Amino acid sequence: MSFVAHLINGISLGSVYALIALGYTMVYGIAKMLNFAHGDVIMIGGYVVFVTASGLGINPLAAIIVSMAACTVLGVTIERVAYRPLRGASPLAVLITAIGVSYLLQNVALLVFGSDTKAFSNVVTLQNLELFDGQLIIKSVTIVTVIVSIIIMVGLTFFVKKTKIGRAMTAVSEDQGAAQLMGINVNGTIAVTFAIGSSLAAVAGVLLCSAYPSLTPYTGSMPGIKAFVAAVFGGIGSIPGAFIGGILLGVIENLSKAYISSQLADAIVFSILIIVLLVKPTGLLGKKALEKV
Amino acid sequence: MKKRMLSLVLAGVMTAAMLTGCGGSAGTDAGSTDGAAQESSDAAGETEAAEETPGEEAASDETAAEDGAAGDSAGGTFKIGGIGPLTGSYAVYGIAAMNGSQIAVDEINAAGGINGMTVELNFQDDETDSEKSVNAYNALKDWGVQVIDGCVTSACSIAVSAKTVEDNIFQLTPSGSAVECVANPNAFRVCFSDPNQGVASAQYIGEHGLATKVAVIYDSSDVYSSGIYEKFVAEAESQPFEIVTAGAFTADNKTDFSVQLQQAKDAGADLVFLPIYYNEAAMILKQASDMSFDVKFFGCDGLDGILGVKNFDASLTEGVMLLTPFAADATDDLTVKFVTTYKEKFNETPNQFAADGYDAIYTIKAAAEKAGITADMSNEEICAAMQTAMTEITVDGLTGEGITWDASGEPTKEPKAVVIKDGVYTAM
Repeated sequence: MSFVAHLINGISLGSVYALIALGYTMVYGIAKMLNFAHGDVIMIGGYVVFVTASGLGINPLAAIIVSMAACTVLGVTIERVAYRPLRGASPLAVLITAIGVSYLLQNVALLVFGSDTKAFSNVVTLQNLELFDGQLIIKSVTIVTVIVSIIIMVGLTFFVKKTKIGRAMTAVSEDQGAAQLMGINVNGTIAVTFAIGSSLAAVAGVLLCSAYPSLTPYTGSMPGIKAFVAAVFGGIGSIPGAFIGGILLGVIENLSKAYISSQLADAIVFSILIIVLLVKPTGLLGKKALEKV
Repeated sequence: MKKRMLSLVLAGVMTAAMLTGCGGSAGTDAGSTDGAAQESSDAAGETEAAEETPGEEAASDETAAEDGAAGDSAGGTFKIGGIGPLTGSYAVYGIAAMNGSQIAVDEINAAGGINGMTVELNFQDDETDSEKSVNAYNALKDWGVQVIDGCVTSACSIAVSAKTVEDNIFQLTPSGSAVECVANPNAFRVCFSDPNQGVASAQYIGEHGLATKVAVIYDSSDVYSSGIYEKFVAEAESQPFEIVTAGAFTADNKTDFSVQLQQAKDAGADLVFLPIYYNEAAMILKQASDMSFDVKFFGCDGLDGILGVKNFDASLTEGVMLLTPFAADATDDLTVKFVTTYKEKFNETPNQFAADGYDAIYTIKAAAEKAGITADMSNEEICAAMQTAMTEITVDGLTGEGITWDASGEPTKEPKAVVIKDGVYTAM
């Protein structure tokens, strides 16, 4: 029974990673850049909900929508100000800028909200699921997070494959120059990608803080990095890969905490990143990248 | 080209916004320390002259100003510098210690000061960051500090202690409990050390028959937490309970405790020992309640402050026990008087750190009177005299009666435990 409990806790953690990883993989898949500020957009999303729901007393669901709107604006602004001017620059410059944006967001949050931990009130107020006479308890947040992740994964896949903007995204990801020649607005498409990725970050932020109700300016950084590992694990750029990678990573982390060592869990998680990169650099579901010469 | 210009301008605006932001926050920090800003800003040239400046007195504290006239003419001023987290995750500790110290300073000044000297307290923020703590110490040195009342947290205290021993400045930490805090001969403390807390917790649980199976959740990346844990485990061997699980976590992994709690639950623990700080403890209480794990919790002084966590469901703390030498509901005269004053001034119930801060100032007073400190003594002379005097004094404080010290800097006093009932500490 305890194994099942550990497994479920792992899925709970993993579903949050999956949700964050979806945002990572979305931006990477289209814009071919690692948005390291993603974890911090999540943190901002959490703060927006905290301020609107706990501070102003707005209905939590409305607060989530406010937060999604705020994060969308933030994401598009970051893209416009920090990333677009570097469109033609080397990937390394973009990467460093992303890390810079990440620190900028953390420190701005530190100035605005202070570094004391805020206890986030759970926005998912459903009943926990009790099985086997209460021996096994599945938190409602876990169920909601898993369902939301699946819905978003399916929705994104559909969006990218079937809609006009989605196809434009695919085209941009294949070849920006050719896409532009075909009359696709590359900058606009990438901006939409960031808008979607950031509004997902807001949802992830709310569910992350509901599952683990402590909010600090650094809340997003560690889950952000783990979600990045999850995205690479599943095959970065692949939407279902991010979901599977996230869940697997959460389960591996929790099981290694339970059966190997609670202190080594992080070390094990990051070793997985190294092993995956060595054995299967494209990840579980990653596309084979044929480098054109 | 235009775009590049635009992004440059925007980047410039962002940088400017950050800088102004920083300036603003520094201002408020200093403001909260009772006029520390004025004092430190013009500290450079005023080490000698400051004592007689009336404006200075007015800025530092109202009460000090009232008694200033009497105190100044007799023996000058005695400058005590406090260091602790006034902002940040552990601000509850620092603010409480500062408030407690301030009450003691006001009382002492109203009663004529120390050896005729008016006491001035300048409390600086360190955000629980060792580096910032040393910066705060340097600012205090510029101000002309004579005795350090700090730091409030262990790691900071150790960092500052390395500096005070070089500079020969006497240091008394109200609540730095790690062993190393008082390793230097010039450093003493008011609270129990970590090993003492670990041993005392194990004895308390054993002697009062609180549990037979104990689970421990501790932070292996924190010197305070792992220090208590090690001594607790060692002492537990001779106690009538067994440790069934010990779940460690690290600073990078301190939000998800489901595994550690599940292990404790599976092992049938009837008490979980939490030698950790209150932020993580609040998460643990929440997660334990989510998984319907009904168990007793026992913690050390790090848990003190859990009732002050914003937005936290305080009903979860019901029945949590903690080893703390101070209970606000105690009925002795000293505690009642302190709690009343504290509530009047700061509108909240004082915690252990407030009591530690209060006792620290009175301990400094007792030692300074024993040593016959006068305003014209150099810091070196003060330090040497205080060091000797500390081993000779006995202090009846809020955190214990008849507290004595030996040369190692450790206090000797009785440990006490409290339990949280209806949202307040109640003596056990």
